[in-house]
Formats: sequence, structure tokens, C-alpha cells
Amino acid sequence: MGEPVIELRQLTKTYGDFTAVDQLTLTIERGEIFGLLGPNGAGKSTTILMMLGLTEPTSGTVRVCGVDSTRQPILVKRRVGYLPDDVGFYEDRTGLENLLYTARLNRIPEAEANRRAYRLLERVGLTDAAGKKVGTYSRGMRQRLGLADVLIKNPEVIILDEPTLGIDPEGVRELLDLIRKLSRDEHITVVLSSHHLHQVQQICDRVGLFVAGKLIAEGDIHALSAKLFAEEPIAVEIAVSPLSDELAEKLEQLDGVIRVTRRNGLMEIGCTEDISAEIARTVVGCGASLTYLNKKQYGLDEIYHRYFEGGSSA
Amino acid sequence: MKNGALKKDRLLHPFWAIVQKEVSDHVRSWRFMILLALMTLTCIASLYTAMMQMRSTVSTEDAVKSFFFLRLFTLSDPDTALPPFITFISFLGPLLGIGLGFDAVNSERNKGTLSRLMAQPIHRDYVINAKFLAALLVISVMFFALGFMVMGLGIVAIGIPPTPEEFLRLVFFLLLSIFYVAFWLNLSVLFSVRFRQPATSALSCIAVWIFFSVFFSMIVNLIAGAVAPSDDASADDILGYQKSILFLARLSPSQLFSDATTTLLVPDVRSLGPLTMEQVVGAIPSPLPLGQSLLLVWPQLTALIAATMVCFAISYVLFMRQEIRSRQ
Repeated sequence: MGEPVIELRQLTKTYGDFTAVDQLTLTIERGEIFGLLGPNGAGKSTTILMMLGLTEPTSGTVRVCGVDSTRQPILVKRRVGYLPDDVGFYEDRTGLENLLYTARLNRIPEAEANRRAYRLLERVGLTDAAGKKVGTYSRGMRQRLGLADVLIKNPEVIILDEPTLGIDPEGVRELLDLIRKLSRDEHITVVLSSHHLHQVQQICDRVGLFVAGKLIAEGDIHALSAKLFAEEPIAVEIAVSPLSDELAEKLEQLDGVIRVTRRNGLMEIGCTEDISAEIARTVVGCGASLTYLNKKQYGLDEIYHRYFEGGSSA
Repeated sequence: MKNGALKKDRLLHPFWAIVQKEVSDHVRSWRFMILLALMTLTCIASLYTAMMQMRSTVSTEDAVKSFFFLRLFTLSDPDTALPPFITFISFLGPLLGIGLGFDAVNSERNKGTLSRLMAQPIHRDYVINAKFLAALLVISVMFFALGFMVMGLGIVAIGIPPTPEEFLRLVFFLLLSIFYVAFWLNLSVLFSVRFRQPATSALSCIAVWIFFSVFFSMIVNLIAGAVAPSDDASADDILGYQKSILFLARLSPSQLFSDATTTLLVPDVRSLGPLTMEQVVGAIPSPLPLGQSLLLVWPQLTALIAATMVCFAISYVLFMRQEIRSRQ
């Protein structure tokens, strides 16, 4: 760990007046699974295209595997696999033929290419469909074929743009498992973009939050929630009857409680640590009955909403 | 990578890998089959017409002395109004070019394969160059095959083999046809880069094709009628007028092509512009040698190649500047 694979410095891309990516600085280390998280149009895809040298940055530098992507895109593309969102294949060719074509473009000798293609097809579970035309593949199969296609050049880094888009939940789970296994087994650095925070949360070591071309926060999920909700990492929601001021006061005096707010007949208690048991005891001790208790951990959901709702009004 | 350097020359270069794939795509496609069937039918039809005509109109004496074999390609039947081979080619050639090129880039973009292709370690211009080259290869092979087929059938049918000069003229004619189709191919590739929808690009190409093959000559005639000098104008005026009308007509690639093919296949043609009496006086009424005919069509050939290059250059620049995004 600790060896940077992707380094973005002050990266900016503008289209006319519109700034797609704004002063982005980001380092991704070898072997990580990094999630680019953000709503549509936040600049995730543009950033990815700049990493591959497919789009020139307006200013700033991109280095991938120590190579400047803008100046030597071919060298970068030799070592980086990219799965575009909504990947397309030549529909009247078989899955195997599509893979072999990619291998040929990467100058992999025919025998070696065949060996790798079969191994990868097995790995992504498409051995039976290898000889079928891609036109007959389902969306999930295409995505898995896309993964095999990306891996056939033995990349050091794979970049997946919205890999889970449009696949059913079971397919998503399988695909993400596959990605995680690949990353662990072969020490491949994975960058994946998504607007599905739950999926990103499942497999990413670190995530970066993108809003309107800016990276507003980065880190692992815990670090992020600690950073963004420094004062109150945990919230407990309770419903009690009767709802008395006396009880509220008692709750406020508990150790670790930061604030108590009332909302729609519910009480929301912000705390520094998990003290839901204390809260329950206090409520019952006051003679009130506790009808509902929900411990809210700030996951990406809250992070997401807090930021993106703020982002849209700004 | 280590032994990659050693084996590099034995491996297929990625550029040729794309060409290979494109060629096999073309050859397998229904579109190509249909175009090929159409071209074959027209070849046979025009060959049949020419042979019918030859029997009835060409005297034996004529046959021996003046490029009898070439007439296979130029004779038409006035009764059934079946045009000769060269007219068929000048009419259907563009369709072939358009058919092979109109969705070259935009269909890759729409299917989402372009961004996957661009993520491979290849230069961006490989894609467009390879597509052009592949279509050109397919067209060349097809034209030579059809041309030689007509020649062979002609030999069998009329029993007179072509002289070496006739053979060379035919080869040059086939090359010229390939250049002509290459122009239309490039125009359609240009439209395929410019327009996102294959249907739009196909329709635009066909519009241009119909404009040049039907309307352009009408417009030129209209202008010619409007600006015609009066009967008592001086010879210089008339000559100048003729030249400017010819210039207008030659803005059309089909005009250039028909000028050039006529000269190559009808060696009696001595000039493609107006000739004054002084120039004609003293000329021996014999066919031109091949070298002279080639010299005569040189400007036409250059213009066709130039038009092809211009289209290619524009599509190249457009393509290089386009954003590679998936399906937008």
C-alpha cells in the first residue's frame, strides 16, 4: 500500500462556460477499490475519460501508473482497462470473438489470447455462452463479458463506469463480488463510478464524493461520516407516550447526548456514541412507554442526501 | 511485454486487426450481399445488351480495327433502353460507396463499441483509416472481380480476346471506377462522423447522390440556357461560354467520371472540351494511343482524387476532435 497509481492534480475541464470538472486533486493507491460517487452530470465520466487520455483536460495533470495520460494515452491504455457505462459489443459476433478482437488490438499472441479468453469467460461465468452471439446476451451477461474484456489485457488498473447500471439486484451482487475478488486476487486497482451509494458502500475501500465537478469529500465510509457528522455520529429516534418535557430534559442530561429534538411526534436524539440502551432505560424509568426505537447510523445515504440536497440548492 | 518485442513483427499490427475485422464485417453483411447481387445482375444485363448490339450493328471490318472488345462496356441498346456497363457503374457505384460507409462511425458510437475500442492501446485515427481502407479493399476486389468476369464472359461469347492495349484501358477504367466509388465512400464516412443517426447520414448521402446524378445536369442546362450568347456573338465569346458551362458541369463528380471513362473506353474521343476548326484541321481521324488518353483524363482523375482527399480530411479532423462518449 501507499504507492500511488492514479494522481490527479488541479484537474479542470471546461466545455465553454460549463465547468465539468473543477480543480480536482485526488490520489488513488495501488490495490484499492475506489468509488467515485455522485449524481449524474457531476463530472465522474469526464474525470474517467481524462484518466484514459480520451479527453484533454483544460488544465491540470493526470498521471496513471506514472505516465502522463494526456501526452501518452497509448501507454496508459496498455495498462488500464476501461469498461464504459452501457458497454457495447459487436452483436453479430460471439462473446469469444469479441474478446479475441480486443486481445488482437492489444497485441496479445493468438494462442495466449485464446487461453486467457477461455479462462476469463470461465471466471465471469460465461463459458456456456462463449459461442453465442452477443446479440442474444442479457444485460448482466454483457456486463460480465465487459469485465472479461477489460481483464484480457492483464491490466494494473481497471476503471468501471457505472458497472451496475440496469442490472437486477442479484446480478449486481454477483458482479460486485466478482470485482472484489478480482481486486483481491490479482491486486488490481479498481476505480468505479456510481450513483448507487449502497453498492459503492459495499465494496469500496474509499469513496470520493462528486458534486458539480468538485470532489467535496473523500475517505473510507467511517472517516467520511466521522468527518461530516463530527458532532453527532449516531442518532437515535424514539417514539414515546406520553411525550413530556420532563422526559426530554432527563434524556438531555444523559452522558453522550448532544441534543434532543422533537419532530412529528418522534424524538430524535443525537449522541456521540451508541447509548440506545441507556435511552430506553431512561424512558421506561420515567413511566412512559417506549413504542419505537430506531438507531440511525449515518451511512452514505445521509452523506449523500446532506450533500446533494445542499449541492442542488447552492 | 518482454517477448512481445521479439514477436512483434510476427503479430498482426492492431491497425491490420481492425482492417481485417472491418473487411470480414462487410463481406458477411446482408447489405454487401445485396449490393453485390445488384452489381452482378447489372453486369450480366449490360453484357447481354452489348452483345446483342454487337451482332446487329458492328461490321466485321470495324471489329478488327477499332477496339472491338471495349464496346462490350460501352454499347447500349436503343430499343430496350438498357444502358451500357459504364453508365451502370456511374449510377450504382455511388450507391455501393454510400452503402459501405454511411454508418461507419455512427453505428459504432450508437452501439457503444466506439468507446470500448478507444480504450484499447491504439491511436484514434486507426479507426477511421482502417474503416476507409477496409471498404476500399472490398470495393477494389469486387470491381476487379466483376470487371474480369465481364471480360471473361465477353471473350467466351464473342471469341475475340482483348489486345494488350484494350486490357490496359480496362484496368485503368476499373481503377478509375474505384477512385470514383472511393469519393462516395468518403463522403458517406464524412456524414457518418457528422450525423449521429445512421438513417440521417444515409439519407443525406443519397440526397447528394441524387442531386449530382439527376438535378445537377438540369441546373447546368438551365444556367446554360439563360446565359447563352446570341447567335452573332464572336467565336471567343462562344468558346468562353462553352468553357464556363463545362467548368460548371465538371463540378459534379459523376460528370468527371463519365468524361474520364468515355475517354478511356472510347479511344476515338480526342478532347473533352470544345475544339476549334484550327485544332481539328490536319488531325488524323484515328484513335488516340493509351498514353494520350490517360493524359486527357489526368485532370479528371486528379479532381476525383482531390475531392476524395478533401472529404477524408474533413471527416478525419471532425473525428479526431469529437468527444468519445458512450452512446450520446
